[in-house]
Amino acid sequence: MRTFGSLLVRGLIVGLFAGLLAGTFAFVTGEPRIDSAIAIEEANASAHSHDAGSGSGHHEHAAEEEPLVSRDGQRFGLFLAASLYGVALGGIFAVGFTLLRRRLRTSSDSYAALGLAAAGYAGIVLVPFFKYPPNPPAVGDPDTITQRTVTYLLTLVIGLLAVWAGVAASRWVQRFGDLPWIRLAGGGAALVLTVVVAYLILPKINEVPDTFPATLLWQFRLASLGTQTVLWTLLGIGFAAAIDRRTPVAAAPKVVAA
Amino acid sequence: MTAPVSTSSVAVPALSPRLLAFALLTVGLALMLAYLVAFDQGALSHSGMYLHELMHDGRHLLGVPCH
Repeated sequence: MRTFGSLLVRGLIVGLFAGLLAGTFAFVTGEPRIDSAIAIEEANASAHSHDAGSGSGHHEHAAEEEPLVSRDGQRFGLFLAASLYGVALGGIFAVGFTLLRRRLRTSSDSYAALGLAAAGYAGIVLVPFFKYPPNPPAVGDPDTITQRTVTYLLTLVIGLLAVWAGVAASRWVQRFGDLPWIRLAGGGAALVLTVVVAYLILPKINEVPDTFPATLLWQFRLASLGTQTVLWTLLGIGFAAAIDRRTPVAAAPKVVAA
Repeated sequence: MTAPVSTSSVAVPALSPRLLAFALLTVGLALMLAYLVAFDQGALSHSGMYLHELMHDGRHLLGVPCH
């Protein structure tokens, strides 16, 4: 058994590294897309005499020529943001693991950590992603940022609820037959049903300008999804590795009967 | 619903009020950190828009609505 402090420190460190590597992935795959999108944003801005910096809509127009943070600063900020986000997630993950471990029906701490990471990834990343996919600069109306932030956070909470509903349903259907496919079908149905109902109720938001290149949008969104996939994958595997006390021993070569 | 798990193999401490307090504190601090990355526009950091601009690319690629 580990103390909470021991689990927390491991979660934070694993989160830091997962965030750094996710930041590296984002730097390689996402930065070129952001640069292209900013070029479009600036072209639009000079056409509409709009704010050119970040487009957040709150800047002094006098500061338009001199951005608060340079592009290089923002590229460094990407690593900082991803690392801090990773640390925050790692801390929450460690708490989640501590509180939920005994409710997860596996004797393996590794499977528990991986399962929890998969659940978090589905609820926090995938469910929001498919309803409100992330947008590059030059896409999005600054006037609706509050509404979009609220609906985004709402999908995140709904995503976690949907995962919970799926797990609860998969346990409930066991009374009709304790077979893996029954559990999977019951759990999957409850999860999908929750998500579909939520998607239908939540407002539709599409603020992509007609002139924005479709390929660039697709590449940006893939880069964003990839970044978060790297983060959660490494968080799950890393945490499973970090809490394992056993010394790795190479498996004896299996004798395969020909 | 008791889980069919032998608790001796489980790596987590038993739940106690003290543990829950620490857990809550951790989640609170972590959410604050996530807020600084994802949403701050100077209200919490007192840095004006500096932090917001610094985190700009990360926010976009982490899937958070930005502008």
